[in-house]
Amino acid sequence: MRDVAIVSFASSSTPHSDLEDVEMLAPVINEALARSGVPRRDIGFTVSGSCDYLCGRPFSFVMALDAVAAWPPISESHVEMDGAWALYEAWVRLQHGDIDAALVYAFGKSSQGDLRAVLGAQLDPYYLAPLAPDPVSFAALQARALLDAGRCTERDLAAVAVRGRRDGGLGASSEEELLRAPYIASPLRAHDCPRSTDGVAAVVLVAGDRARQVCERPAWIRGIDHRIEAHSLGVRDLTRSPSTELAARKAGVAASKVDVAEIHAPYTHQEIILREALGLDGGTVINPSGGAVASHPLMSAGLVRIGEAARRVLDGTAHRAVAHATSGPCLQQNLVCVLEGDR
Amino acid sequence: MEGKQDVAEGSEALTSPYVLEYTYRRSLGPVVGRFLTGLREGRIEGVRTASGRVLVPPTEYDPESGAAVGDFVSVGVSGVVQTWSWVSEPRKGQPLDRPFAWALIKLDGADTALLHAVDAPSADAMRSGMRVTVRWRAERVGSIHDIACFVPGDEVQAAEPVAPAEPVRRMKSPVHMDFTIGAGRTLSRFLEGVVQGKLLGRRCPTCAKVYVPPKGACPTCGVPFADEVVVSDTGTVTSFCIVNVPFEGQTMKLPYTYGSVLLDGADIPILHLISGIPADEVRMGLRVKAEWLPEGERQPTLASIRWFAPTGEADAPYESYAEHQ
Ligand SMILES: [Zn+2]
Repeated sequence: MRDVAIVSFASSSTPHSDLEDVEMLAPVINEALARSGVPRRDIGFTVSGSCDYLCGRPFSFVMALDAVAAWPPISESHVEMDGAWALYEAWVRLQHGDIDAALVYAFGKSSQGDLRAVLGAQLDPYYLAPLAPDPVSFAALQARALLDAGRCTERDLAAVAVRGRRDGGLGASSEEELLRAPYIASPLRAHDCPRSTDGVAAVVLVAGDRARQVCERPAWIRGIDHRIEAHSLGVRDLTRSPSTELAARKAGVAASKVDVAEIHAPYTHQEIILREALGLDGGTVINPSGGAVASHPLMSAGLVRIGEAARRVLDGTAHRAVAHATSGPCLQQNLVCVLEGDR
Repeated sequence: MEGKQDVAEGSEALTSPYVLEYTYRRSLGPVVGRFLTGLREGRIEGVRTASGRVLVPPTEYDPESGAAVGDFVSVGVSGVVQTWSWVSEPRKGQPLDRPFAWALIKLDGADTALLHAVDAPSADAMRSGMRVTVRWRAERVGSIHDIACFVPGDEVQAAEPVAPAEPVRRMKSPVHMDFTIGAGRTLSRFLEGVVQGKLLGRRCPTCAKVYVPPKGACPTCGVPFADEVVVSDTGTVTSFCIVNVPFEGQTMKLPYTYGSVLLDGADIPILHLISGIPADEVRMGLRVKAEWLPEGERQPTLASIRWFAPTGEADAPYESYAEHQ
């Protein structure tokens, strides 16, 4: 395996942006490139993550290419997934050995459409989609299963929200205060659900010695893996995330102490499931960025977790960090990435 | 973190309602088709996997092993709620129009759970582990909606018979999504100019090219645009095509000409109608000018320019637009 590191990260998000995709992307991509120390012409591969249903038009990613200077022609790819999976593709591409640097970006404007309808479109069209269930209700089924199993209480869920809101800069709140709010889909309250935002993110990956040349303290990708489970909720044990457990094992999470973990848990109860699946204990700082409770830019939220984890390695506050990204209803698909600084 | 954005100041972005709507026709195949045919006949069937588990609803392959599944097995119309959530405000298309519970229900004889609605009087009447039973829809067509819902308890209500029919082989999957699409600040500013009869381009700070209509970033440099530049509404036809084929929604009389017009002061041609000249006389290098709709009739769209018509000037020399071929 070729050593590949994250050398820079930039992102922006806001609940309702009046910018279009390229206007949101260009400044953030340029910021990531400027911080990377890698000239644009040295980027050998560019890959993005986005969702046409969210944009409301087919092949929406080709419009976004205006943000990356695709002339003269560049080597480019796209995944119809969160940008975390685009980063995985970039990491694989860098393993080929013929290029040294890759740009990964992701974008999505949730405010333009009806997220319940957009996310409903990912469901099995025969048995699920015709019933028009919505993503919050799906998450609530999972939360109930976890509560029934005695693995958490509604107060534990509120505690996740209190920490996320505080760390994400949304201000102080108390569990008591949050628990007084009505259910929006019992057993979930508003604070248990992702704070939907419009957002973009960009990461620059550099391989081998070139990473050390451009970056004082590269965040080396020591392990990365993604796994998927069956789609139907009825065949899964919703209280566990076996695909995260397996990806964590393949990525080598347990090899030594994890200083920081950025977990992509759209709903508060999912953080509890994922913490267990990743095998994290009290010694790991969880979601110092605030996580999805503070800001959930659909399609870049997973890439932001990787970027935020890398940021802590890049700035020296963490030696070893774990990032996680998820996709699909009730944590169907999960990606785990282990990042380390040089000692 | 909230990012700072470097784009045109002082303009409100335009938005427009937008609906994405279409209907897929899906082939159901031997497993899903048989399951839905069973529902139409008031029967619930699963499939048995190699490991002996019974999957309800059935899938074509065992989700655990990927192996093809075996025989169909009839299962009960009653079962146990595995988990549930409460819907206080039902949405269009959901099984019930009054508050209800979503539940994953493991039917008697099945090893996996089916998602459906439970018609319970309130959330207080719901708990995991409770027993529920199918209520069939009277008019059944071979859809998951043939199960109207489940109700608490074990009281089985026979399905009303439906007329015999061919097995269910296809289904329609309608998609309907409402959007409010934003034009972004750069394009909004341009479109506001169009209403005033002005064409506002933007200059790239790196390559100095002027784009009209401007985009969010220079596509060759990847940087946000800088200065706004008023571009002339006269220009040169760099290329064109003659439309002879009628199509739905066409408003122009055939034949008509669609051309690339390099506006004076711009570096990228725009596409628009060429008129005021017989189609067979349109040529590369033809000098043209925008014919605007009267003030007051202009909307924030390029249709506020009716078309481009010849100015009567001598044709532009080829070298002046060769770069755009
Ligand atoms: Zn330029």
